[in-house]
Amino acid sequence: MEVEAAKAIGAGLATLGMIGAGIGVGTIFGSFLSGALRNPSAAASQIGNLFVGAALAEALGILAFVLGVLIYFG
Amino acid sequence: MADPIHQFQIVKVVDFPDVTLPGVGLVDLAITNSHIAMTIAFGLVVLFLTLVTSNAQVVPGRLQTVGETLFGMIDNLTDSIIGHDGRKYFPFVFTIFLLILGMNLLGMALSFTATSQLAVTATLALVTFGLVLVIGFAKNGLKFFLLFWPMGAPLVMRPVVGLIELFSFMLRPITLALRLFGNMLGGHVALKVFAGFVVTLGAMAAGGGLGLLGIPGAALSMSMVVGLTALEFLVAFLQAFVFAVLTCIYLNDVVNLGEGH
Repeated sequence: MEVEAAKAIGAGLATLGMIGAGIGVGTIFGSFLSGALRNPSAAASQIGNLFVGAALAEALGILAFVLGVLIYFG
Repeated sequence: MADPIHQFQIVKVVDFPDVTLPGVGLVDLAITNSHIAMTIAFGLVVLFLTLVTSNAQVVPGRLQTVGETLFGMIDNLTDSIIGHDGRKYFPFVFTIFLLILGMNLLGMALSFTATSQLAVTATLALVTFGLVLVIGFAKNGLKFFLLFWPMGAPLVMRPVVGLIELFSFMLRPITLALRLFGNMLGGHVALKVFAGFVVTLGAMAAGGGLGLLGIPGAALSMSMVVGLTALEFLVAFLQAFVFAVLTCIYLNDVVNLGEGH
């Protein structure tokens, strides 16, 4: 296989790691919504925690994305 | 046509002769577009805060309300996360928040985003990490290493958990830099890819014949670009906010060390 083709395939495979980040962010926002609907008065105080959790989950997906970029352009 | 990665290229605007620094080696001095974008962001932040505070009134006008909301948000953040000592660290958090916000938002207007350069975000992350280390050692001395000795865990587990803690502590500046960099890079690449679709499909439709099928595709891409632009404004604010929140959390770890937080 040519190196260029293998690079493109590898970069594409590396970005599959973002699936996990998608699941994680979805779970966080879903759980927040179900919790917020049960107790709306407590929801506003947890917005900060919500975004921190989403950012932490998202960072791992970003790692996969950056790895893909590195493979493709490196 | 230019590829979507082309926008991240650093171009020398004003080139200065190279200098050789002792211990560093050859330094390529130049004013680049990255430099200009950061300087404009800095100038905008200073101008904004000057305008907000120059004519302060008890009943705030529109501009003053914006400034006070931003100020109050970060003040609330340091107060609720770091606690009693939060005020002391407010200037640093507010500065880094406004600078990142300025660079992110400027990236939506200019064709170049300073925060989509890994060098810029890595510097911001290293400054934050360095400050956490300095405050940690200045405040706690060698007790700083208690951070990696979890008292809540059973004794046999402590070295293992401590090792994991140390590992995640060392990864903090990397994830801090990569999160901001990746979000800005990914968002702007997606934006330009969809914008590219509009041009390509539009050129196809201009050819007539079967190419006219490109018009609905181009319209769809155009609406996607509009939606993504709105999303990018949200992301630009959110990432600056997340950076500030994480800075507060990392500072809290060392400021309130061993107080059961």
